[in-house]
Amino acid sequence: MNEQHHDQSPTPQRMRVSLFVTCLADLFRPSVAFASIKLLEQAGCEVTVPLQQTCCGQPAYNSGDYEATAPLAQQVIALFETADYVVVPSGSCAGMICHHYPKLLQGEWRDRALKLAAKTFELTVFLKDIARIEPQLNNPPSTLSVTYHDSCAGLREMSIKEQPRQLLRELCGIEINELEQSEVCCGFGGTFCAKMPEISGKMVNDKLDHALATGAKILAGGDLGCLLNIAGRAQRQGQEIEVRHIAELLSGDMDTSPIGEGR
Amino acid sequence: MEQHSDTFLDNASEALKNSGQAERRDRIALFASQIRTAAIDSFEGFDDLRHHVKKIRQHSLDNLDYYLSQFEKEAVHNGNQVHFARDSEEFNSLVLDICQQHDARRIAKGKSIVTEETGLNSFLQSAGLNVIETDLGEYIIQQAGETPSHIVSPALHKSANEIRELFQQKHDLGHRELQKTSDLVAEARNVLREHFLQAEVGVIGANALIAENGYSMLVTNEGNGDLCANLPKVLIICTTIDRVLPRAEDATAMSRLLARSATGQPHSCYTSFYSGPRREGEIDGPLETHFVLLDNERSNILSSDYREILECIRCGACLNHCPIYTSVGGHAYGSAYSGPIGSVLTPLLTSLEQSHLLPNACTSCGRCAEVCPANIPLPDLLRDLRHEEGIKKLSAPRWRYGLKLHSWLARHPSIYQTLTATSIRILHRLGRKRGGFSRLPFASGWTSQRDFPAPQENTFMQLYKAKMKQNNER
Repeated sequence: MNEQHHDQSPTPQRMRVSLFVTCLADLFRPSVAFASIKLLEQAGCEVTVPLQQTCCGQPAYNSGDYEATAPLAQQVIALFETADYVVVPSGSCAGMICHHYPKLLQGEWRDRALKLAAKTFELTVFLKDIARIEPQLNNPPSTLSVTYHDSCAGLREMSIKEQPRQLLRELCGIEINELEQSEVCCGFGGTFCAKMPEISGKMVNDKLDHALATGAKILAGGDLGCLLNIAGRAQRQGQEIEVRHIAELLSGDMDTSPIGEGR
Repeated sequence: MEQHSDTFLDNASEALKNSGQAERRDRIALFASQIRTAAIDSFEGFDDLRHHVKKIRQHSLDNLDYYLSQFEKEAVHNGNQVHFARDSEEFNSLVLDICQQHDARRIAKGKSIVTEETGLNSFLQSAGLNVIETDLGEYIIQQAGETPSHIVSPALHKSANEIRELFQQKHDLGHRELQKTSDLVAEARNVLREHFLQAEVGVIGANALIAENGYSMLVTNEGNGDLCANLPKVLIICTTIDRVLPRAEDATAMSRLLARSATGQPHSCYTSFYSGPRREGEIDGPLETHFVLLDNERSNILSSDYREILECIRCGACLNHCPIYTSVGGHAYGSAYSGPIGSVLTPLLTSLEQSHLLPNACTSCGRCAEVCPANIPLPDLLRDLRHEEGIKKLSAPRWRYGLKLHSWLARHPSIYQTLTATSIRILHRLGRKRGGFSRLPFASGWTSQRDFPAPQENTFMQLYKAKMKQNNER
């Protein structure tokens, strides 16, 4: 037994990761999920994608429909609880699983929600802090000027701040050109942006102004909701700034067109 | 409380049109958040203190009946009269009765958001009393016939120029031009001095009631509270039942959080404790003092799932850091209480029917909870109110049923995936050339402000399943 162990490769067993794709990546940007798989594999993980997954339930939850959300949360728990790790390329969906499922559910389901929460991570946090991906440039060091949008749930619920910046430095040679008031919401807020469009419009306009003021060519972020919002506003104003999910930059897969640009 | 929360969207729309005011709000918001951050960064142990005060507030509210009785007993022992008011009407009548008992005509009033809640000023004025607000901000908006736009800085929406024009209209200025901001302050001070000296009754608020000694604590930056309290013969202290704390040291612990969170000061300029009427041998102070303590739904809130909202210390940090408040300003909320705290409190003090839009004025960004010195989970409380809004069927049916349908579909993966694959392909084909849509029939809220980015050609699930199939065939 011991000898057998010695005979095996000294590298630790590969981490088994289940990818929670998120509905926005599934529907709007499959490239984000493929880039996430590539990065996780590069970090030495074995990635599976449960095929029955749909949405984490945030739209109904944030609108206060707890009754409609609970069965959806149970569905996600049942689908992912056997994984060693669950990785989510979105701060807000990860926050939903980690913080809101345990609040929403009771009894046995709450215990199962807490267990799932303990092994669920947002993509950049997982790559940097858990899988500790090797610093290795996926592309030649970039002279691209990039700014970064910290999404609110990622920042405040999941404490994501340094990880995406460190990864961009280590995997792409990119130093972030920080935007002013980076911790202020972009005005997306799920259904908020459609329920209170004028206020949301003012907020996303401010965010875009701050992004443009950096002179950056690319605005990156970790949450597609915010990115679709900002990209849509840039499109409306005819601004050239490219909006992309951080997974696309990190993986070096930049051949898809940026969010909201035709091809 | 006079309320216009049902027209929040129109109010907000109006506010956004005034670009000058919107710009000022942006500047003030940035400044307010910078000074708060600086004050808290330079104060070690803010989080420990916040945790400590939270426990005290919870304990006080858990034992509110005990501490209120103790406060009443001690305050009466000090020579005060203590009155309890169930609602605004009772509250206003109690204050008027006291004024009339003393044949008072002139009332000097310090800042009190509670009296904004009850509409005390207009009630006293309609009984023929002359009420003068003596906090500079309150004085300005009283002259302008407006309501406060912020719970700490009531005239935040007014520029120096607007205040100058207001004084030119309302005061006899002669040739004085009041060019500098300090001239405006001096002008108000001169006018107010007469009122302090002439008033028969002073009315002030309280930041805390101290159970162990029956004192109240008030923090101000202008000292006007002390003049209202000490110059008139009669003093009336107006606040709510939830302000009571067990010990004097609890009140001072709270005040250390309060000033830093509100204005970035280590302490307010004046922190005053009021014990009661002038004692024998004392040469100044009021001859008679009253506490009027308002309930107005607070005992009901105490027994509800929203009780944490009563732990609020009224610093205004959640307003200053809320991107909705700073976008539209306080008046849009149509209530004495605005911003996140107002969006929770207003429906609870009045009715969700009148104010259900307010809990929707939230992106769940979490900044309010992050800065709240009382650690109140404001986004959770706002979401809980949206839950109630749905149960009471106050929200728009298209949202209610639309989200239910979405959740149902999401619970049926094969139907969901077939349906989304088809819709996404159609959206992609229609939008690929331009990259997005400037108008979409089912997303008019979205497209009124921004384009709707076109999706990539297929859903991830389609592509991934196809890839797996390919791998298996190999």
